[in-house]
Amino acid sequence: MTPLVSPLALFFASIFTSNILLANFLGMCSFISISRDFNSSRGLGLAVTVVLSVTSIVNWFVLKYILIPFDLLYLRFIVFIIVIAAVVQILEMIIERISQNLYMTLGIFLPLITVNCAILGVVLFIDIRNYSLVQTFFYGVGSGLGWWLAIVLLAAIREKVDKAPVPAGLKGIGITLITIGFMAMAFVGFSGMINVQ
Amino acid sequence: MNNNSAFKILKENLWWNNPVFIQVLGICSALAVTNNMTNTLTMGLGVTFVTGFSSFTISLIKNMIPRKVRMIIQTLIIAFYVIIVDIILKAYLPDISKALGPYVGLIITNCIIMGRAEAFAQANKPFISLWDGLSSGAGYLSVLLSIAFIRELLGFGTLFGYRIMPQGFMTWTIMIMAPSAFFVLAVFIWIGKTLQMKTGDRK
Repeated sequence: MTPLVSPLALFFASIFTSNILLANFLGMCSFISISRDFNSSRGLGLAVTVVLSVTSIVNWFVLKYILIPFDLLYLRFIVFIIVIAAVVQILEMIIERISQNLYMTLGIFLPLITVNCAILGVVLFIDIRNYSLVQTFFYGVGSGLGWWLAIVLLAAIREKVDKAPVPAGLKGIGITLITIGFMAMAFVGFSGMINVQ
Repeated sequence: MNNNSAFKILKENLWWNNPVFIQVLGICSALAVTNNMTNTLTMGLGVTFVTGFSSFTISLIKNMIPRKVRMIIQTLIIAFYVIIVDIILKAYLPDISKALGPYVGLIITNCIIMGRAEAFAQANKPFISLWDGLSSGAGYLSVLLSIAFIRELLGFGTLFGYRIMPQGFMTWTIMIMAPSAFFVLAVFIWIGKTLQMKTGDRK
């Protein structure tokens, strides 16, 4: 059964109310370590968005035309990881060919992304919620944009917070988590508008 | 391995170098599943199992893996154990498996496991690696359980699904929602770090 969520609603929900990062906690590791620097955050955000859009579509086809017909669902974790690694590798080569400039911005982040749990998480959500191709596309792109938005916002806030007087034990990671908590509250505030399960 | 170093590893992983609140690894799942003690316990045991045995396996075959493809092989080994956990959960605890949803699969990308494999199993003997993996998992599990304790008690008024708080207790809805996970973890990190600073040197 396919849930009746219009793709557009899904798109906005995945950016705001069900932000992949702030509501589902996916991709926290790189989120926290990279958000120290604003420019890297922008680069990583863009890279995540690109990779998410591509891998979610590719994995949808793999899921529907290979895993389900051949009854190989129990292998899905391994297959998804391999597909993601392969797509990242190919994207890296394509970007290097097309634009040296873009490669300089994204290049260093691409290998990092293979182990970013947001990418795998989105695919698993697509599998569990049984999205159609159109929904998958909007959900993938939306999640990527949501991730991008969140990391850029956090990086901007952290530049200020770093200069604030904070209790010694709370410095660094502690205060960052509290900041993220407030951001999460703000994003959850949108949930009266759309709610997607 | 002698008892002394085994004990030291345990102490490092449980407290001084705790994967969650000192190294801040694997917190995706630490935040996501902790609104409920039962799910947390299952998840923690799953992670402990996977960390221990993938460390063991990686350490066992470390000399056969070419350095260049090391990462992908490690990921495949980890994925193998995660699939075992997933199948076991589906067979024996279908409800919990459904509640955990994608987070079981996401054990693969849990950085604790990869981190232990890289930092310890690469350079040590199989059995001590197994021990290191298991104790890291225990460190992860203990922090998660304490977070879940607070969140479930205040959010639902229950522990492991049993009612603890009196009937009229007003539940804190915020505790079962996403933001509280960040706040509770931040407070834990705060307490942990302050205590470590007070007690000074690791001995």
